[in-house]
Amino acid sequence: MIAAGPRSGAEAAPGEGGRLAEDGSLRSMVSLYLTLMRTSVINQFQYPVAAYLYMIGMVAEPVIYLVVWSTIAEEQGGSVAGYTPSTFAAYYIVWTLVRNINVVFTPYGWEWRIREGELSAQLLKPVHPIHYDLGWFAGTKVVVVLLWLPIAVVLSLLFKPELSPTAQQIAVFAVAIWGAYVLRSLYMWVLGMVTFWTTRVGALFELVWVTEMLLSGRIVPLALLPDWAERLSWLLPFRWTFGFPITALVGPIDGAELIGGLGMQLLWIAFFALVVRGFWRVSVRHYGAVGG
Amino acid sequence: MRASTPLAGGRLALLFLRVSVMNDLQYRANFVIQLFQSLLALGTGLAVLALIFDQTDDLGGWSQTELIAVMGIFTIMGGVIRSAIEPNMQRLMEDVRKGTLDYVLTKPEDPQLLVSVRDIRIWQGVEVLTGAVVLGYAVARDPASLGPAEVLGFVVSIVLGAVIIYCFWLLMTTAVFWVVRLDETQELFEGVYRAGQYPVGIYPGWMRLGLTFLIPIAFAVTVPSEAVTGRLDAATLGFAFVFCVVMLILSRAVWKRGLRRYSGASA
Repeated sequence: MIAAGPRSGAEAAPGEGGRLAEDGSLRSMVSLYLTLMRTSVINQFQYPVAAYLYMIGMVAEPVIYLVVWSTIAEEQGGSVAGYTPSTFAAYYIVWTLVRNINVVFTPYGWEWRIREGELSAQLLKPVHPIHYDLGWFAGTKVVVVLLWLPIAVVLSLLFKPELSPTAQQIAVFAVAIWGAYVLRSLYMWVLGMVTFWTTRVGALFELVWVTEMLLSGRIVPLALLPDWAERLSWLLPFRWTFGFPITALVGPIDGAELIGGLGMQLLWIAFFALVVRGFWRVSVRHYGAVGG
Repeated sequence: MRASTPLAGGRLALLFLRVSVMNDLQYRANFVIQLFQSLLALGTGLAVLALIFDQTDDLGGWSQTELIAVMGIFTIMGGVIRSAIEPNMQRLMEDVRKGTLDYVLTKPEDPQLLVSVRDIRIWQGVEVLTGAVVLGYAVARDPASLGPAEVLGFVVSIVLGAVIIYCFWLLMTTAVFWVVRLDETQELFEGVYRAGQYPVGIYPGWMRLGLTFLIPIAFAVTVPSEAVTGRLDAATLGFAFVFCVVMLILSRAVWKRGLRRYSGASA
C-alpha cells in the first residue's frame, strides 16, 4: 500500500484500462502476502520446541503481573480500580494473545540488515520492503496462535478468568489485534530506520521500550495509572497496541469507545505509514551516499 | 593426569578474569550503555512499585522499603548471572555444537572449571553496583532491622544462591549434549527470572514450588531478601546449604555423563 498504492492509483486515473491495472496490482500484492505467510509458517514449524520455550519465557511476564495485582485486589477487599482477581486474570490472559500478535521485526535487526547488505537486495525489488516484514510476521502469527491455545487453556484453568464479551466486542477485538500488529510494525520500523543515521541507537530503543511498557497497558491496565500518566498515554500511539485491544474484549468499554478505538488505530496507522514512506526515502538516499 | 589443586584452580580463574577485564576495557563506551540500561530497568521497577503502593500498604506482608531491598538483590544477582554465568554457558553450548569443546578437553585442567570461568563480561557486572546502591538505600531507610547476624546470613545466602543458579545453568546447558539446539534457554530463563522481583511467597503454591526446586530463583533472591529483612530462620538457611550441595553433586554427575557422550560422538 505504501509504494504500490500511489503508483497504481495514478495508472488507474485515466480511463477504463486503469481498472485492470489496479486489480492486477492488488491481486499480486495479495499473492505476495500469501506466499510470504506460507513460507514463514513452514519455517516456524521446523522448530516447535524452540518456539514453545520462547513462549513460556514470554508468558512468565504477565503471570507475574497477574499474581501481584490479584494479591493487591484481595488485600483491598476484592477489587482495585474496578478490577477483581478474575477480571485481572481475563486481562492478562488476553494480554498473552495480544503480545504474541504484537511481536514484530525488532529495531535491533536493522543494524544487521544494513551491515550485511541485506537491504541492497531489497532495494532492487519493485515492492516496498515493509511488505515483506508485514507478510512474514503475519505468517508467524498462524503458528503462534496454534501454540498459544493450549497455554491459554492452562492459564484459564489456573486463574479462572471472568470474561463475557458481547458479539460486538469480539468483532472489534478480532480487528483491533491486527490494527495493533500493523501499527506496532510501523512505529518499530520508524525506530529501526534511525539506524541509517547513527549506530548508537540502543539508548533510544530502550527509552521507547520503557515508555511503551508503562504507557501502553502492558505492565498494568491503564485505569491503574495515576491521572497525569493516563492523560499522557492519550498523546502516544502505544495504548492502541496493548490496552485498547485487551480492553475491547475484557471491558469495561462501551460501543462508542470500541468504534473510536478502531478509528484511533486507523489514524495512527495512516500517520506512521506516511512517516515510514518519507523517512525511508531520505534514509535510503543517505544509505546510498555512505555505501557508494 | 589432571592433578589440579583447588589453589591452582583459583589462580586460573583469576587469570581468566584478568584477561576478560583487559579485553572489556577496550570497549569503554559499553560501560555507559550498560549503566544506562541498568538505570532504566531500575527506574521502571521503582515506578511499578510506586504504582503498587499507591493502591496498598503491603504486598503479601512486605512493605515498600522491603520490596525495594528485594529489587536491589534481584538486580545484583541478575548482574552476577549475566556477567559471569550466562556468557560461559552460551559459549559452552556453541562449543558443543561446533565440536570446538575438544580444545578445552585437551587441556590439563578440570574441564568443568575451564568452561565455567572462561568468559566474564565485566560491563554486565554494572548491575551488581547499581543493585547494591538500591539495596543500600533500602537498608538505610530502615536500618533498625539489620544486625551482624542478618548481614552474615545475607552474605552466606547470596553466595549459596549464586552457586545454586550456576549449578542450575550448568544442568540446563549440559542438556545440549543430548539435544543440540537450545538457543531459547536464555530467553526462557530470563523470562522466569523476572518472577524473583517479588518474594516467592506471594505466588500460588504450584508456582512457589517451581520457583524453588525447578528453577531455583527462591534461593537466589528471596532467601537473601529474607536475610536482610530479618525474616530468615536457621532452618531455611540450612536447607539452602543442603540444596546447594545436592545441586553441586548432581550437576557435576550430569556434566560428566554428558562429556562421556560428547567424546563418544566425536570418536
